[in-house]
Amino acid sequence: MDSRDWVRDGLRALAGGVLSIALAVASLPLFVFFVLALALTPVWGLGFMLLPLATRLIRARADVARSLAGGFGVPIASPYRPRPEKGSVVGWRRYKWIVTDPATWRDFAWLLPGAIIGFALGVLSLIIPLYGLQGIVLLPLWIYLGTGWYGYGVTWPIHSVGEGFLSLPQGVLILAIGVALAPYLRRFDALFARLLLAPTRNAELSQRVTELTVTRADTVDAQAAELRRIERDLHDGAQARLVSLGMTIGLAEEMVDRDPDTARKLLAEAREVSSTALVELRHLVRGIHPPVLAERGLDGAVRALALNLRIPTNVDSSVEEIGRLDTPVESAAYFAIAEMLTNATMHSGATFAFVSIKRLGDTLLIEVGDDGHGGADRSKGTGLRGIERRLAAFDGTMAVSSPLGGPTIVTMELPCVLSSPRTMLSSGTD
Amino acid sequence: MRVVIAEDHALLRDGLTRILEAFHLDVVATVEDGPSLLPTLVERQPDVAVVDVRLPPTFTDEGLQAAIAARTEVPGMPILVLSQHVEPLYARELLSDRNGGVGYLLKDRVSNVAQFVDAVHQVAGGGTVMDPEVVARLLDRRAPLDVLTSREREVLAEMAAGRSNVAIAGRLFVSEKAVSKHINNIFTKLGMPPSDDNNRRVLAVLAYLNG
Repeated sequence: MDSRDWVRDGLRALAGGVLSIALAVASLPLFVFFVLALALTPVWGLGFMLLPLATRLIRARADVARSLAGGFGVPIASPYRPRPEKGSVVGWRRYKWIVTDPATWRDFAWLLPGAIIGFALGVLSLIIPLYGLQGIVLLPLWIYLGTGWYGYGVTWPIHSVGEGFLSLPQGVLILAIGVALAPYLRRFDALFARLLLAPTRNAELSQRVTELTVTRADTVDAQAAELRRIERDLHDGAQARLVSLGMTIGLAEEMVDRDPDTARKLLAEAREVSSTALVELRHLVRGIHPPVLAERGLDGAVRALALNLRIPTNVDSSVEEIGRLDTPVESAAYFAIAEMLTNATMHSGATFAFVSIKRLGDTLLIEVGDDGHGGADRSKGTGLRGIERRLAAFDGTMAVSSPLGGPTIVTMELPCVLSSPRTMLSSGTD
Repeated sequence: MRVVIAEDHALLRDGLTRILEAFHLDVVATVEDGPSLLPTLVERQPDVAVVDVRLPPTFTDEGLQAAIAARTEVPGMPILVLSQHVEPLYARELLSDRNGGVGYLLKDRVSNVAQFVDAVHQVAGGGTVMDPEVVARLLDRRAPLDVLTSREREVLAEMAAGRSNVAIAGRLFVSEKAVSKHINNIFTKLGMPPSDDNNRRVLAVLAYLNG
């Protein structure tokens, strides 16, 4: 590690120590407030008002502790139950929502011990470097003040100025130790916080269920809409053209003796309609599952896509690295990339676009970017939102960076392997 | 003969118009969407209407609904419904007023121009024309009308397709007399009261559709 790195980490940890002392002090009134609010619950209406307020403050306090812990390498997820969806959440409903959430009580249980540990570790992490600092400034101070000093470090007591010089290296050493130690003390504090502030296994599972319910509903919606689109496209497109083709040929058949010229014209028309029908079918098939994706996989399909774009597009990926993915993953990744590139060419005014596909273990990392004017916003564009939902079905995530003036870079992460072990179900029954 | 056409797809609308005009039928109006169909039918009172099931704005079964509504207002108005797929359910709804003069065909059938024009004439004349596909689907679904012999069932299917006795005789390679004997057997076995032959044919087809 670079020597500047540990100094920087140490100083950051010391700042964290100061903060944790302040926060520990702030925990005390919160504790009192909560107990008071709880005790006042029987007083009509008062507890219903005070407890949610107290809980909100404690949660804010706990969230600060969580994000601090995250900063020192101990990520802690938020454990709270989501706000009930239906109806207004006030009065008894709000009270119940808060009181029945185990996370409320775990927060409360952590409040005092967390404050004590945070305070103690914060003070400890400050005292050591301060003592080191004292050793460094001891001699100059002594000379400046002209008074004696009783002792420092191992030199105890200090008899002479010569012995006083020894405090300087000692001070430097102790300061260094203090700075180096501080991050570990922070980490210890964070680990203690995690004991109570992290979601329980139960909370984790119920959060996961909520998440899956949402993504499942999204997936089902998207699928139904997609099927409807395909039906419409077929009905109004190729199917209608084939019908018209039949009509035209049938009429030509009738005309061939009576009016050969008209019959010939009708046949030429029929040939045209048949090729239009084929074009439409091809477009439709490409929209369902592009043949090149089936034949060449993601790498080949994206390269083929890039060749068809109006702007030069650089594709950075390799078959060897990516390999063949599960079909649904491959398809989701392809359509996400296709949508991004369409956005780039249609809306952003870009002159250049790029795609990069990497595989890190079981995660597919996709980056799509362009040099257009930016301003893509997932809350506005239904396209981006659609991709996000499509990816969410696979536990994939998307991050959009698109400042006004560009460039736009969209990063997507997608597990390469389907998370549901579907094959186990069928083999398990054998 | 005056015809109204309701079809949203321009290509098909033109094709239908061209075919009917080539056979000297008079296309008095073409309609492109559901809402304007019913007023047009009631106002123009055509001798026959050729109507697509699926029309804008909802692209569901607006054409069918308008056809049924028109036949409620003008009982027996001849309507030939065209669709890219056929549903026995729709056929039953069309036939349920028992007035005859309805047809329900796949759009594919139009390519056999002479037969299609023939079907238009039959519907205009109060006959019933069901697509062979509807008939086949019903035969597939279960063995309805178990009391009928297989020959009688064949005759019934032909009848449902809107064919006359002569045509049925030609298709099944039997005499016309044999056909009318089969038909009378069908009527008797299905308990159709003796009445106007055309109406009985519709009832038989309906019995068929109701399985």
